Amino acid sequence: MTDSAHIQVHHVTRVEGHGDITVRIQDGTLEEVRFSVVEAPRFFEAFLRDRDYAEVTHLASRICGICAVSHRGAALKATEAAFGTKISDQSFLLRRLAFHGEVLSSHILHIYFLAAPDYLGVPSLLHLAEKDRDTVLRAMRLKQTAYDLCQWVVGRHTHPVAMNVGGFPFVHDAKPLGPLRERLEKSMADIRDTVSLFNTFSIPEFERETEYVSLSHPEHYALYDGNVVSSDGQRISPDQYRDFIEEYPVSYSTAKYARFNRPEYMVGALARVNNNFEHLSPFAQEVADLAALRAPCFNPFMNTTAQIVECAHCLEESIQIIDQLVERNIRAEEEQAEVIPRAGRGVGAVEAPRGTLFHEYAYDVNGACTSANLVIPTAQNLGNLEADMRAYAPGIVYQDEKAIAHALEMLVRAYDPCISCSTHVIKTTGSTPS
Amino acid sequence: MTDKGQKPRIAFFDFACCEGCQLTVLQLEEKLLDLLQHVEVVEWREAMSGKADSHDIAFCEGSITREADVQRIKTIRNTANTVVGLGSCACIGCHNALKNRWPMEDVVKVVYGSEAGQLDSIPARPITSVVNVDYRILGCPASLPEIDRVIKCILTGQEYPLPNQPVCVECKLNDTLCVLEKGEVCLGPVTRCGCNAICTAYGDACHGCRGLMDEANLMAAVKVLTAEQLHPIMEVVARRYDVGQDQVRQWFTMYNTPDLQLKEESEQT
Repeated sequence: MTDSAHIQVHHVTRVEGHGDITVRIQDGTLEEVRFSVVEAPRFFEAFLRDRDYAEVTHLASRICGICAVSHRGAALKATEAAFGTKISDQSFLLRRLAFHGEVLSSHILHIYFLAAPDYLGVPSLLHLAEKDRDTVLRAMRLKQTAYDLCQWVVGRHTHPVAMNVGGFPFVHDAKPLGPLRERLEKSMADIRDTVSLFNTFSIPEFERETEYVSLSHPEHYALYDGNVVSSDGQRISPDQYRDFIEEYPVSYSTAKYARFNRPEYMVGALARVNNNFEHLSPFAQEVADLAALRAPCFNPFMNTTAQIVECAHCLEESIQIIDQLVERNIRAEEEQAEVIPRAGRGVGAVEAPRGTLFHEYAYDVNGACTSANLVIPTAQNLGNLEADMRAYAPGIVYQDEKAIAHALEMLVRAYDPCISCSTHVIKTTGSTPS
Repeated sequence: MTDKGQKPRIAFFDFACCEGCQLTVLQLEEKLLDLLQHVEVVEWREAMSGKADSHDIAFCEGSITREADVQRIKTIRNTANTVVGLGSCACIGCHNALKNRWPMEDVVKVVYGSEAGQLDSIPARPITSVVNVDYRILGCPASLPEIDRVIKCILTGQEYPLPNQPVCVECKLNDTLCVLEKGEVCLGPVTRCGCNAICTAYGDACHGCRGLMDEANLMAAVKVLTAEQLHPIMEVVARRYDVGQDQVRQWFTMYNTPDLQLKEESEQT
């Protein structure tokens, strides 16, 4: 039993980027719980100004090594919206394929390398290599398949080489698609084994219903395109995002928070599965069933399970897209649309692995960037993560300090925060709330 | 390097960056498991829990952008026998240094608004400008074959001299159509090779992410790459260009701002 404690986790491990947890318990009462971001700011929105549009989209992927394709994709969509550029159906399919590859790659990284070690009782997945080499190799095999899928479409996953405004600057060779398709099919067995592994874990039982926000598309499971929907009932076009999503600073934290209808909301795999369950592929729905994930699910720890479900979806959907590409043939003349820069502003919204990502750029008549605004999934999740921590902590304060710290670290990891991405996240000198 | 029979202790540290270079290390896949037979990974915040008091080999990723970073990298340097600059943010400063081209107050205001408090942010520079590193791995992201080679060199006690040829050499070996011939600006002629010219192979131009070669003739490059150029060999190409010197200079800043600032300073003195 902890009557009074001050728990400080400096630089939570196995997350992307730098964040700290602070918990203060006084006489058995929880006085303060917070997650602060201490990442070194990189100022993308400032230095993208004056750069040519091709440089803007090139640099956009450098925001994050894990979701580089999503950042590039959002930047391309925003720029194309500003210029009125239309990409071909073929480019649309190729971009969707790249997104499926990235979601798969990023989720496998989180599922196996960042989240699973907590349940397996090892400091890292690599420490499992001697005891359970099969599991480690399965993780690496799945990651490699995702990587190779991205490589085929865009040259490499981190950072995509060849995904440009208007399409692609090279002609895709359809030959490797056959073997790639075969590997994707084989990977489905690996996903089944992943579910079996996770079914042996005891996922903390904790529920807090919140507002779930994601893109949604009437015809397919939205990753690359769609409108923004909230589980509270709105459906808005991405270019209206500023009217609905309010970013606001809070004195006690080191980040800009975001609100939609409620003071906080959740984005990411769980939000997508909750909002768009009916559009998941048959195999993904089967995996959800095997993993006992039923939408709507209000347990944030199940975000990792929702990622496994999305991996299943990405495999099956990628196979479908490959079949479509093979059927219609890769046409060289459809790789690159003509791009004519013009003055204007555009918004691009996509589902990055960790949730809805907005890029907005204004360009001058020569196609040089005059302003940039980036709204990142992790920044949107921070308010919700803290609300979950406040709701979850009272149930665990009876444990010793180390156990409390570990339980909260696991909750942070379940969100799969990507702090490098958090271009708005800032350390302020604000005072602690009263 | 260590007591006989003891595996060298490896640690990974990150400064301001996208952490993509650490991820590239994970792409060593099975080789990584083989590597673990020869080394002990004692700290890797992104991939494992736990922190170590000491380490023999430190892989450092990212750029120095805060006063606090300066002390941190010095401590890492003092602790480690071997320091590796992992990726271009660590070795050349990369796009992190693009903010250096604007007044700091302006940069803070644009991103965080006027309500922002005092930020610990200093002009971005590579780790290599604060401490000596024993090995450099270049690229955005770090080149995977180079990671592999450098690890082998460290474990066998050899130096790793960076290749000092332009990207053009590898591009030609790939049989890729010259980007300059397409009439686009390409930094291949002055950029250090070692990436297997992946960007040009996929139809893009070289953006210079591996940094400038030693003794790169920048003035000549700027002339050759602009409409004003008069080089006879480039005459056919020249007709296709409509870019000016400013635009070409802008291209050079994308990854090489710290290097260019040094060059500009030395030209002025």
